[in-house]
Amino acid sequence: MKFYVRRITFYLVTLWAAISLNFFIPKLMPGNPADIFRENLLRQGGEITPAMEQTIQLLFGSPDDSLWEQYTRYWSNLLQWDLGVSTTKYPTPVTELLAEALPWTLVLVGTATVIAFVLGVGLGAWAGWKRGTWVDSLIPGSALLQSIPYFWLALVLVAVFSVNLGWFPIIGGYSAREFRAGPEMSWAFVSNAAFHAILPAATIVISSVGGWLIGMRNMMVATLSEDYVTTAEAKGLKPSRVFLTYATRNASLPSLAGFTITLGFVVAGSIVMEQVFSYPGIGKLMITAVTQKDFALMQGVFLVITLTVLAANFVMDIFYGLIDPRARQNV
Amino acid sequence: MSDIDLTPSAGADVGSPATEAARPTLSGPPQRGGVKAFLPRLTGKLAVGLFLTIGISLFAIIAPYVTQDPRNYDSDRFLPPSGAHLLGTNNLGADVLAQLAEGAAGSLMVGLVTGGIAIFLSLVFGIIAGYIGGWTDEVLSLITSIMLVIPGLPLIIVIAAYLESRSLIVIAIILGLTSWAGPAIVLRTQARSLRNRDYVAAARVAGERPHRIILVEILPNLLPLLAAQFLGAFIAAILAEAGLSFLGLGPSGSLTWGVMLNQAMAHNAFQVGAWWWFVPPGLLIALFGCGLSLINFSIDEIINPKLRNAPAAVKSVRKARKAGAEVASSATPKEA
Repeated sequence: MKFYVRRITFYLVTLWAAISLNFFIPKLMPGNPADIFRENLLRQGGEITPAMEQTIQLLFGSPDDSLWEQYTRYWSNLLQWDLGVSTTKYPTPVTELLAEALPWTLVLVGTATVIAFVLGVGLGAWAGWKRGTWVDSLIPGSALLQSIPYFWLALVLVAVFSVNLGWFPIIGGYSAREFRAGPEMSWAFVSNAAFHAILPAATIVISSVGGWLIGMRNMMVATLSEDYVTTAEAKGLKPSRVFLTYATRNASLPSLAGFTITLGFVVAGSIVMEQVFSYPGIGKLMITAVTQKDFALMQGVFLVITLTVLAANFVMDIFYGLIDPRARQNV
Repeated sequence: MSDIDLTPSAGADVGSPATEAARPTLSGPPQRGGVKAFLPRLTGKLAVGLFLTIGISLFAIIAPYVTQDPRNYDSDRFLPPSGAHLLGTNNLGADVLAQLAEGAAGSLMVGLVTGGIAIFLSLVFGIIAGYIGGWTDEVLSLITSIMLVIPGLPLIIVIAAYLESRSLIVIAIILGLTSWAGPAIVLRTQARSLRNRDYVAAARVAGERPHRIILVEILPNLLPLLAAQFLGAFIAAILAEAGLSFLGLGPSGSLTWGVMLNQAMAHNAFQVGAWWWFVPPGLLIALFGCGLSLINFSIDEIINPKLRNAPAAVKSVRKARKAGAEVASSATPKEA
């Protein structure tokens, strides 16, 4: 019980820290972000309407209020799920844009991460089992895969498979020509979207599988030299049983515990990757916001990414506590 | 985070050289003592890693003096590789090889500075937390865990977007400030395990001051781990800088591999098939990262002797089995 209380407290504190960070970053920056924001808006030919002024004050605080008043107002707006109005897609609320984009990224990154995890841990377990053979030469290859920038791989995949061979669509999350009205709930649309997701998903899987593979392989090698594995072999257990229940099961624990660090890489990589494919997800939204200096949208995206990553880690932590009793005692 | 104790590097103690040397191994190479125990053996992996890393570093240091002016736009645009331009020219007629050389210097500089900052902060947060323990540890590791869970690149993007002008060094500092948490957690676990060793306890009883214990007794034992974490931070920094520059948030006015890729994307190098422009920067990032990782694996094998001895042991068992089978097969005809 103490384990769960501690974990939940930790995530609440982190949540508070992340949201406060989101509030304080514009305040800590040199120059006055509110003025830069107004200038940019005027330069783009926009005008500052009362609603817009309200968004600016929501974001940067009105100049007469104390920092504390701004901070509490920020929280109360946040709790009412009010993140301001986007300037690029004026006057759409930021929350609406986020709700449109989030499912695309969640499905794409979620599926690709699960595939990469299963593939990487599976191959890693096998490579560890076959240690000291030709399989060891997989390691330099995985190290290379791990170091390829996501966006570059995405660009190369597009250049080869979409531009040269013409097998896959170049950009987008679905065919805008066939589905003019936007996303719909039909089989034709889902299969079209899945087809568009093949290259983006392949990018994530190829670049992240190496990390899982190497981590799992090294842990597997270490586990296989434990005494209990030798004992199991000496008892004459079938190799498949030693492999699965004795070695793989124990060796995969750190891969699960190290989920946080790897997930961070995947999220970071897929933000940049979405730009290459013009994928209609959170990453592209963030890049649009950044290039257009749409600060309300940008901070909304940062908040949503942070919350999603926190939630994924929380689920993973609780799950880890369930399968590894040592984690629960070791608080 | 409480479950950190189970990470791979934590499972393997940085054994003091003495205990490691005393452990008998199955047919491993002869044990080395003293300083040599800290140096990796020259294996194929390490040789390839060193070759890639040193080769690309030398390219970054020497090539800018040898190649043409990266900002000379007199040549024709989109020339494929030829004798005059070994890697062709880009959309403005600049020599791609020259740009690659200057970009190398920029990218590696960001990597070095970021790695340095990240390691310094991880030492402060990791070792002090691990050694002192108590409330200091609670607070420092809470900050570390929070920084670990908050996704780094989105945070960097947000910060970079608010900065109107960004120099190479500013980018490196931002990257360093956001990437120390992973190494800090690994170092803390190790420092915690070291502080309970007898020789550290002896030093404490002998009245040595905490900073002396940390610097003289604990830090030397963490060197391999520290080196591994530094190389990891170095790779991550180069990748992050490339991503940031690719989004147009990189250093303004400087040239790095990421900036080159950004320009290649913006000017349709991928659509017109100007592979000589977009393949080299990405490939160099991947090869340099691969080289550093391979060096890192060799360091891992010092930190965790099992990684080194187990494959060797399996090999020797296989050899013995083969030899046994040969003896048996040569013996059977006689029995028949």
